[in-house]
Amino acid sequence: MPTKIILRGRKVVGGCAEGEAIVTQDTISGWGGINEKDGTVIERRHELRGRSFKDKVLVFPGAKGSSGWSAYFHMARLNGVAPRAMIFNKMTTKVALGAVVTRAPAMTDLEQDPLLVIETGDWVKVDADNGVVEILKRRREGAG
Amino acid sequence: MRELARKGFDAVYSELNLDSPEIVEVPRVVANTCQSITGIDNERWRIQGISDDLADQQKQAEAYFGRRGITMLATCTPYQVGNVPVKGEHCAWMESSAVVYCNSVLGARTNTEGKESTGAAALTGRIPYWGYHITENRGGTHLVEVEIEVDDIMDWGLLGYYLGEIVDDGIPVLTGRCHQPNLIKLKQFGAAAASSGGVEMYHIPEVTPEARSIEEAFCGNRIKHTLQYGATERQIAYENLNSATDRNVDFIMLGCPHNSIDQVWLIASLLEGRKISQNAQLWVHMPRALREVADRNGHTGIITDAGGVVMSDTCPAISRHMPRGTKVVATDSAKQAHYLPATTGVSTWFGSVKDCVEAALAGRWSGGLQ
Repeated sequence: MPTKIILRGRKVVGGCAEGEAIVTQDTISGWGGINEKDGTVIERRHELRGRSFKDKVLVFPGAKGSSGWSAYFHMARLNGVAPRAMIFNKMTTKVALGAVVTRAPAMTDLEQDPLLVIETGDWVKVDADNGVVEILKRRREGAG
Repeated sequence: MRELARKGFDAVYSELNLDSPEIVEVPRVVANTCQSITGIDNERWRIQGISDDLADQQKQAEAYFGRRGITMLATCTPYQVGNVPVKGEHCAWMESSAVVYCNSVLGARTNTEGKESTGAAALTGRIPYWGYHITENRGGTHLVEVEIEVDDIMDWGLLGYYLGEIVDDGIPVLTGRCHQPNLIKLKQFGAAAASSGGVEMYHIPEVTPEARSIEEAFCGNRIKHTLQYGATERQIAYENLNSATDRNVDFIMLGCPHNSIDQVWLIASLLEGRKISQNAQLWVHMPRALREVADRNGHTGIITDAGGVVMSDTCPAISRHMPRGTKVVATDSAKQAHYLPATTGVSTWFGSVKDCVEAALAGRWSGGLQ
């Protein structure tokens, strides 16, 4: 059986959604940092460059850069390429507004650092209404 | 988006500026509100490669929202053209380079808002009271010991670009060998720090209004993080910004954040009586209100005679329009050098205004760290 981890945290945007995690240690720019048509990260020196968060649970430290953060995640949602849910560490106006207009469940202030607990490929359920994140660790090669 | 535009300006404002699929009839604004930078120069859109239809739509939108009280400054630097909040005034600004200037240099208070929250704030005169609106959140987080001379515009850009990446959304406090800055230097510095990172405020003791001393800059808190900025850090920032390898330059972009009139004068002085290369194009960007001044001063004429274009209302990063076929760009803006490769696929050289003007004249990049 895959390992299941449960973390409690604070709701930013309500709702419940699950999906495969895409995790980055780098903060994300909205405007100038993502392609709002396909959900890929485009920043030149970014860990996720060329990878899309479409239909994934996006786990990241927080927002940086332009004030167009919300506008680009808003358009990503209108274009059908938004993440299914968001988990982040650092609350700012940029990321809060961005999460609200993305209209996907979002949480912050988890009891353990999600960037250390969650890895890309894990299956993550974000139950923001109840303040709970469930993580099913992806099965490792050679394990079990 | 085109479908949205067909439904009219209220529908566009409702969706994009209020996050409301339900169409709200936009009333007059109640807060002092201005239009930020746009994608289209209202007079030179054809040079940008923008269709007449789109330009016409922007003009109609401006007339529509102008009648509702939105001031069409159409610049990323409203503080250069009359929108200058006083210390302590609560604002709801977007444009990251203007936000950091507003908090740090003016001592007014704003978070980095977005399109939807500023759209609502314009109509209600309200914005959440948290973050940078609250005194306790405005104290420094990092003491930065500047160990090398930071004086010219390019060096302020490099310092900002380096710091943003290190402190993220922290509040750096500069000490050491940075010389007395001016509006231009702090404009470039803040824009760079808000591109590589998320800096929304900084302090320079004895210069910025909420920091008469280092102690005051930290709001009396203990200094938890100290970092140094020396020759090595400067080199790192420079290399991170310069993504180009081909020295043949197609396009030179000056004016991000929008140029001040003195910057345009400097560009005109460097170009006077000379011609830019046939292989290169030069665009100089500024607020439309200052363009009027540049026209009257004769700066515009000098730049145009040399083969350059003076534009207002927009910039390449916002419009994503550059001269056709552009592959290599030279710019004096760390912000453009950071964003253009990601959004348009070009590669960039970053340097001083003089390096950039030389590149325009020769069609070749010969700049570098001095």
